[in-house]
This record gives sequence, structure tokens and C-alpha cells, in this order.
Amino acid sequence: MTGAIAVGLAGGVIAGLLGVGGGVLFVPGLVIFLGLDQHHAEATSLLAIVPVAMVGTIRQDRYGNVARRDALVLGLVSLAGAAAGVALANSLSGRVLRDGFAALMVLVAFQLVRRTLREEAVPAPGGESAHTDRPQSRPPP
Amino acid sequence: MSVAAEGPSNRTLRLIAIGTMAGVFSGLFGVGGGTVMVPLLMLWLGYEERMATATSLAAIVFIAAYAAGVQGLYGNVRVLDALEIGLPAVAGVLIGTWLQQRLRARSIALMFAAVLVASALELVLR
Repeated sequence: MTGAIAVGLAGGVIAGLLGVGGGVLFVPGLVIFLGLDQHHAEATSLLAIVPVAMVGTIRQDRYGNVARRDALVLGLVSLAGAAAGVALANSLSGRVLRDGFAALMVLVAFQLVRRTLREEAVPAPGGESAHTDRPQSRPPP
Repeated sequence: MSVAAEGPSNRTLRLIAIGTMAGVFSGLFGVGGGTVMVPLLMLWLGYEERMATATSLAAIVFIAAYAAGVQGLYGNVRVLDALEIGLPAVAGVLIGTWLQQRLRARSIALMFAAVLVASALELVLR
């Protein structure tokens, strides 16, 4: 119980910080702390993500960071893919799915480290990454 | 938005491709799909990082809700466990979003990366 709450809290902080749903922590948390098998953990994680993403979106929208039209397009066109992904997951063994998920976690870790290091690097004046240092976090209404 | 402005249809096609990939990824792994969307929004559509993460988060609401529904049809969703993780996570996301506006999350990001790699090992060695 305490483990689950800790996983939830940590997943939420990461979700808010990095703009992900938190699933990459929820799934292993459900497997390791609640003893769910990989299929149940993935399915349950999806449901746990919904309130997290909803609250995060409302907050981010208040900061003016959500491109609403693009988000809607992304959300709607993804539905067919999501159904296909779920069907695929349920056709695979837990073992295969779990190893695939572990690979995903390493990929996310790699992305994080790379992003973090890139943020560290001071862009050269006139360099092509010059536009990244002024986030459009508050566009005029 | 730099190189990516090559006409609306191209842009829409890119969005469709990103959304479809994110959907498959989400359904397959039980995650939201932000891992796919954030880098591609930045790379293909010239999004700046904060906009990319926020927009991806909004799309995740649709993706995860739908994928959870489909998983529900397979009988795989444990609603109580989802609440036990999802509710504390809502508190967490408020903290995380607040932090994101105020600090460079370097040490947190690196720590999280370490947690991910450790958990991956734990999963594989199970």
C-alpha cells in the first residue's frame, strides 16, 4: 500500500515535470510492489494515467503551453493505433512484453539523460539551437 | 516554427503519423505515448520542449482513456489498483508541473533515469 502510494506520487511528479503520463513508472511499480503480471499492470497503468494526464493538461493549459488543435488531432488519430497496440500486447506472452518494457525503460532513461545534457550545453551564439532558449510558455492571449 | 512549415497537409500527415505511432506504443506498453510524441513533435513540427510535453500530455488523456477501455474489454484492468496509484499521482503531477515552471530539473531527471534502469533490471531478472 505504502509502496503503491510512493510509486503513484513519484510517477505523478515525473509526469508533471516531463510531460509524460507516468506509465513508465506505473507499470514496473504495479509489477514490483503490487505483484501484478505484465498484462494486468499495463492495463491498470493506462487507467491510472488518465486522471494524471487530465490534471497535468489543465495546469499546462493555464500556462498556455498546450497547442489545443494539435493535441486533439493527435488524440483522435491515435485511437486506432491504441486498439491495435492493446490487441498486440494481449497476443504476446508476459515474458516478451516485460522484456520489451524493460527495453523501453532504458530508452526513456537514455532520452532523459540526453535531454538533460543538451539543456546543460550552452548554445553557441547564432547556433541553430538558439530558438530553444526562449520557451513560448506564455504567448499573448 | 523553423523547417517544419512546409504546408498544412504535410503538417497534418506528420501529426497523423505521430498520433498513430503513439497509439500503438501506448496500447502495447501501457504507457501514455509521450515517449514517442515529445521527441517527434520537436523534431518534425519544430515544437519547443515545453509546448511539446504539454501538448503530448493533452493527447495522452484521449489515448490512455481509450486504451484503458479496450484493455477493460480483455478483463485486464484492476480498477482499485489503478486508483491506489492514480490518486497519489494526481498530487504528484501538481508538484511536478509547478516544479517544471521553476527549475531546471537536471538532478531529478538524472535520478529518474537511474531509477528506470534499475527497475528495468529488476523486471528482466525477475
